[in-house]
Amino acid sequence: MTDTPAIAIAEPVEALRRAQQGKSYWKRVWERLRRDKVTLAMAAILIALLTMVIFAPWFTAHDPYQGSVLRRLKPIGFPGHWLGTDEVGRDLWSRMVYGGRLSLLAGVMPVFLALLVGGFLGILAGYAGGLVNSAIMRLADVLYAFPSILLAIAITGILGAGLRNTILALTIAFVPPLVRISEAVTTQARHLDFVEAARASGAGTMRILQYHILSNVLGPILVYATSLISIGIILAAGLSFLGLGVTPPNAEWGLMLNNLRQALWVDPVICALPGVMIFITSMCFNLLSDGLRQAMDVRL
Amino acid sequence: MWAYIVRRLLYAVPILLGVSMLVFALIHLAPGDVVDLLVPPEVPKEIADSLRARFALDQPVYIQYFAWLGRLLVGDLGISFFTNRPVADELFSALGNTLMLALPAALLGFGLGVVLGALAAFNRGTWLDKAFSATAITGVSLPHYWVGIVLVAIFSVILNVLPAQGMGGSGFPTSWEQARHLILPVVTLSLIPMGVISRLVRANVLEILSHEFVGTLHAKGLLSRRVLYHVMKNAAPSALALMGLQFGYLLGGSILVETVFNWPGSGGLMNLAIFRRDVPVLSATILVLATIFVVINILVDVLQALIDARMRR
Amino acid sequence: MRPLLAVDGLTKHFPLRGGLLNRTKAVVQAVDDVSFEVGAGETLGIVGESGCGKSTTARLLMHLVPLDHGTIAFDGKAVGAGAGLSRRDLRRQMQMVFQDSYASLNPRLPVAMSIAFGPLVHGLAKSASLARARDLLQAVGLDPMLFANRYPHELSGGQRQRINVARALALEPRLVILDEAVSALDKSIEAQVLNLLIDIKERFDLTYIFISHDLNVVRFISDRVLVMYLGKVVELGPVDRIYREPRHPYTKALLSAMPSMDPRRRTMDAPLSGDPPNPINPPSGCRFRTRCPFAEAVCADVPPTLTMGHDGRVVACHMLVSGSGHSRA
Repeated sequence: MTDTPAIAIAEPVEALRRAQQGKSYWKRVWERLRRDKVTLAMAAILIALLTMVIFAPWFTAHDPYQGSVLRRLKPIGFPGHWLGTDEVGRDLWSRMVYGGRLSLLAGVMPVFLALLVGGFLGILAGYAGGLVNSAIMRLADVLYAFPSILLAIAITGILGAGLRNTILALTIAFVPPLVRISEAVTTQARHLDFVEAARASGAGTMRILQYHILSNVLGPILVYATSLISIGIILAAGLSFLGLGVTPPNAEWGLMLNNLRQALWVDPVICALPGVMIFITSMCFNLLSDGLRQAMDVRL
Repeated sequence: MWAYIVRRLLYAVPILLGVSMLVFALIHLAPGDVVDLLVPPEVPKEIADSLRARFALDQPVYIQYFAWLGRLLVGDLGISFFTNRPVADELFSALGNTLMLALPAALLGFGLGVVLGALAAFNRGTWLDKAFSATAITGVSLPHYWVGIVLVAIFSVILNVLPAQGMGGSGFPTSWEQARHLILPVVTLSLIPMGVISRLVRANVLEILSHEFVGTLHAKGLLSRRVLYHVMKNAAPSALALMGLQFGYLLGGSILVETVFNWPGSGGLMNLAIFRRDVPVLSATILVLATIFVVINILVDVLQALIDARMRR
Repeated sequence: MRPLLAVDGLTKHFPLRGGLLNRTKAVVQAVDDVSFEVGAGETLGIVGESGCGKSTTARLLMHLVPLDHGTIAFDGKAVGAGAGLSRRDLRRQMQMVFQDSYASLNPRLPVAMSIAFGPLVHGLAKSASLARARDLLQAVGLDPMLFANRYPHELSGGQRQRINVARALALEPRLVILDEAVSALDKSIEAQVLNLLIDIKERFDLTYIFISHDLNVVRFISDRVLVMYLGKVVELGPVDRIYREPRHPYTKALLSAMPSMDPRRRTMDAPLSGDPPNPINPPSGCRFRTRCPFAEAVCADVPPTLTMGHDGRVVACHMLVSGSGHSRA
């Protein structure tokens, strides 16, 4: 039995080798996340929501744009429209599901874009220091002089409503805080010993950023960005609520909230429904971001 | 310390200039010409052009900017396209109305925020604290304009005890009837500051408690007044700073709540201006609100520097 | 014999800003007119109290901090000047091991990658760099099979410092600066790492600059020693001679402050009085004069220069230069 000794040795050696592999930071973060039930639940809810919203036709029975004057403001539980209808007779459930598309898009996309722009500028400012840093931070300060909602209103109010301007406005509103946090963590990282050691090895800026700075800086920036998403969703819906965001007849939660407001005296319950969606979505992202923060706070 | 204060004040100047440039750029980028809004398209070109000259629209951009800036600095905020009255008048009375909401909301939000945050911190780990954390997370995820609508639904529509909209008269409330109109908007507006302040106070108090007194507290079982005083004194500076900022947000970001309650404040004014495409009113309001926000930020920074210096003595 | 490293007139002053316009209010004279040479194959120890400028000197040598004045020549070639050695090339010849073993390593990289980073950056292929990293792990006493893919937080201080040494060796330098490299380790580990350093030095034919505040360790490992005080070189010479017969009053005080294992030689009086003065406003003339028991008027007026003694030693003190004006000269 000449092969048994080889197999017998190979397995424990393999196990030993795997044990000596060492766990990378991201792997440990992932393990912590997997054990965090609340975060997992939130992720599950969001994935379910996203699925419903993307595959809306599969989950709804009616056309969100088709309304019938005869069926205006039917209450919850009305046959055929389990959540009732809105002020023009369109099925509320369909409107909510389809509305999720624009609401989520308008809430998440700006954060993503601002992460790219703000993260890049912030890391640049943090690593370069000096005049570059001053120039970028001062520009961010000017934008910071506006409360976010005011800035968003300024841009959409003057330039006009619509999805594109909403995303533009919210992106601009989110860039300054992302620049600030990226700059802060990058400046901190820049002064760490191992970065100095990397410079002592003769590495150029690009290599140092690639191997040493980015991996240490992305964590906090990502956590902050995810916490911005919940604000983004609320603000995007808020803009539509004011008539500055998504335009009718599109379905969007904030817009629906505004439209149904007129019907407050007829059926107060229905009017609250779109807001529930905003709340749930925002809450999920909030808890998700909290969970992410705790998982990343892995003490080494 | 004084060097810092002076530097901070001086720094505000370029920031305010930047703000004004941003607003001006937005005005300029607005689609359509102002004259197009005033005159019908059949009007002959010469008349339209003469109107443009009157509004100084044929001058190069930077001259328009400086002319506009010059007018701002003497207090001329322009004339409303819609009402033809000076913007300044409407704006300042609207600001007064917003203040009527913002001040009580601030007091309510800050007061409750401090109490709740401190309670949660002192009762750390108990159900009280856990309830607080749950409420805090909920509070931050709630769209406050939606809460306003829900409150109206409950208290005005269903229960019919409070008015749903408007001020019930102008100026400072002189009767209970008028004052009733304040309740729902103020409560709605106070939610966000309450959430933010309570979280900060809880974190601060926890941090201070972890420094000292913990053993004493456990031994005694309850809070002595001296401990409470010490804790509050140390938690105060950063809490005050945040309160200042939140007040700035209350003034500048009230538009959503004012829309829900049809409140004729600065937010309501902006709403009308957007609806009517009244660019002078909109831009002036944005500019003034942003300026107020910057000034509040500076005051907060300066106050913090002063308090820091005092505490170190 | 041409020295491997020749340093002349190194000066670095750090400005302190403040006030209304962020003007320079004061200057920290961290390193002032420091000159010395290091021969190939020797170990030069640098000692002094905290704040004397040792670490700043190390960083100046590595060009991690820009010089105000002075020249650095490696193997005869001036560094920085157009025709001389570029900074990048210098870094292939001269490397450094830092004090904090944990902070010196990127927590996100497996240690083999940290070691391989240097060669990678200088053009070596990734697989070759990692192969070299594994060889170096072996050389510093760590089994590559067990350690190559570990992360810094999974290792002990001694192991991490070995990795830092391996990293310094990755670029095949000729001179290695060890900035308090063993100071943070437990004594037993310290001994192991010191022996490793000596072993490596012989194996790879290296030259060391060993910076430390621990006089015993410096004596153990160095051939010559340089004593610094408040940014200036105070004494320089063969280690045994300086330890047996210190000339400069500061060196004397420093050495007599070393606790002895000999019960017959108890330290009775504190050798140095007063607090170390501020490098922001160093005393005029000789910087040590405020704590020197032999200080005289000339010490306040004229800064002493490093003068070569008859036994290959260099000292900066008026007492040892005849005609300087000091009563004991």
